[in-house]
Amino acid sequence: MDYSQFLLMKPEISLALTLIVLLIADLFMGEKSKQYFQPLALVLFAAHTAINFCDCCGGSCMAGQSEAFSGMYITSNIHVFVKNMLNVGTLLVFLFSFEWNKKENKEHIAEFYLLMMATLFGMYLMISCGDFLLFYIGLETASIPMATLVALNKKRNESAEAAAKYILTAGFSSSVMLFGISLIYGSCGGSLYFCDVVKNFTAEPFQILAMIFFMAGVAFKISLVPFHLWTADTYQGAPTSVTAYLSVMSKGAAAFAFMVIMWKAFSNIDVKSTFVSWTNILWWIIVITITVGNIFAIRQKNLKRFLAFSSISQAGYIMLGLMSGTAEGMGSMVYYILVYLFTNLGAFGIISNIEDKSGKVGMDDYNGLYETNPKMAVVMMLAMFSLAGIPPFAGFWSKFFIFASAAQAGEYLLVFLALANTIISLYYYLLVVKAMFINKSDTPIATFKSDKMSLIGITVCTVGFLFLGFISQIYEQIIAWSFGI
Amino acid sequence: MIPVQFYLVISTLLFFIGVFGFISRKNLIGLLMSIELILNAVNINFVAFNRYLFPNQIEGYIYSLFIIVVAAAETAVAIAIIMNVYRRMGNETVKSIKELKN
Repeated sequence: MDYSQFLLMKPEISLALTLIVLLIADLFMGEKSKQYFQPLALVLFAAHTAINFCDCCGGSCMAGQSEAFSGMYITSNIHVFVKNMLNVGTLLVFLFSFEWNKKENKEHIAEFYLLMMATLFGMYLMISCGDFLLFYIGLETASIPMATLVALNKKRNESAEAAAKYILTAGFSSSVMLFGISLIYGSCGGSLYFCDVVKNFTAEPFQILAMIFFMAGVAFKISLVPFHLWTADTYQGAPTSVTAYLSVMSKGAAAFAFMVIMWKAFSNIDVKSTFVSWTNILWWIIVITITVGNIFAIRQKNLKRFLAFSSISQAGYIMLGLMSGTAEGMGSMVYYILVYLFTNLGAFGIISNIEDKSGKVGMDDYNGLYETNPKMAVVMMLAMFSLAGIPPFAGFWSKFFIFASAAQAGEYLLVFLALANTIISLYYYLLVVKAMFINKSDTPIATFKSDKMSLIGITVCTVGFLFLGFISQIYEQIIAWSFGI
Repeated sequence: MIPVQFYLVISTLLFFIGVFGFISRKNLIGLLMSIELILNAVNINFVAFNRYLFPNQIEGYIYSLFIIVVAAAETAVAIAIIMNVYRRMGNETVKSIKELKN
């Protein structure tokens, strides 16, 4: 066996080492030194992020794709880049939850960090899978610890309810997906490697059936519309930092893996109908997802639920990147996830900060926020503008590129519908801005000072979604690393 | 020898019984059992395909082993969460988890 292939798994290995070190540290730390666990975890994870980031940007770039374990594990620059994105996002979530962990989650601090990292590990495997077996293992490694994270707040009824809904729908969806995979195994030549499946995939009815089962299972994870019903309840009931994690990282990783599988395993270049077969299905899913997400977001009064529906419609936009099948499609999708990460985490950072200080998450509670906490209100407004896609912010550029990639494939009607939906989304994002700036309130949220950690996190997010759109090198680099069908 | 179609009929039946159970059961443990039924259908599929269509491979067997292991882990977590629901709400039916809405 060639042990040098383990070197390709650098991100996984360093994450696993961090996890094990923290696990042992938690085991042997006494009662008094428990307070140092959180800084230790933050420092170790920041080191892991920095090492991988430097490794990605510091010249050790790979040429093309590399495989390990006879094609089961695939990695390339774009895979490593997506992993780095997830690292940064997780670090931001850790910063936001620092204060919450100290106050409300005293007994389970170690569990919070360890389970987060275990979930991240699963996402890593999911991103660089070259085989349905590794994909399944990654998906489950990502979703089982996620359920325990949702249930972390054992004393609150909502947390328990949200976790029950999450684990049951996750289990159901992954079993439906497995049924699809078993049919693929039988009908595509008895191999589960993507490169072997695609050779035998000729869009026969039986294979299409298998593919639809598979798509349904994955669509649950990305919360595309016919399969979105768990999203709002789980997002509302989970602790806010976990919601932020769930809405960005889990969705981004699953979307990337979905794209890679659709292109690698279900798009046979010799048989054109294979590509047509799933783009037709996806066309309808995208239209329904964006529309339903937007329409239901309008009537939400709880901000966590509101962002849940907004994230459903954002997932629809992310899926636009799949339609073209070119390197531009993949690049614009990764860029969209990157921008969405900073924007949505910025919004969630403020929401969790306010919830920590005042315990309020309703939209009416935000009335008059500008009077008492002007800086918070302005950052929240900018995040909402970026989510809606108003020009100078990064959200506009990511939407622009992803629409351009879909238009290149000739999907003009789809792009038009998505554009029309952007206008609807503008309405409800501005509702939040109106509540903060125009509405008056007798009992506004009192002026408060946030802790340093959240401030750092919110600043990073703000800088991210303000300036990411102007640094065109990032987008060009992502495109250069991407690949098509 | 029994033809492979028979196994597929059984597994498809089991799959739809599981889906029907997931939709119609009132008890959370019942939902979990329905999920297990679907997973068993998947395992039958994998093993039957492997035995009949690709007898000189072991990929299907390996996959079904992994499914059994992961399903056990998932059930353990789900049972723990359902126990928590039972402690908090007093019973473990679907109707008890309806607090979250707008």
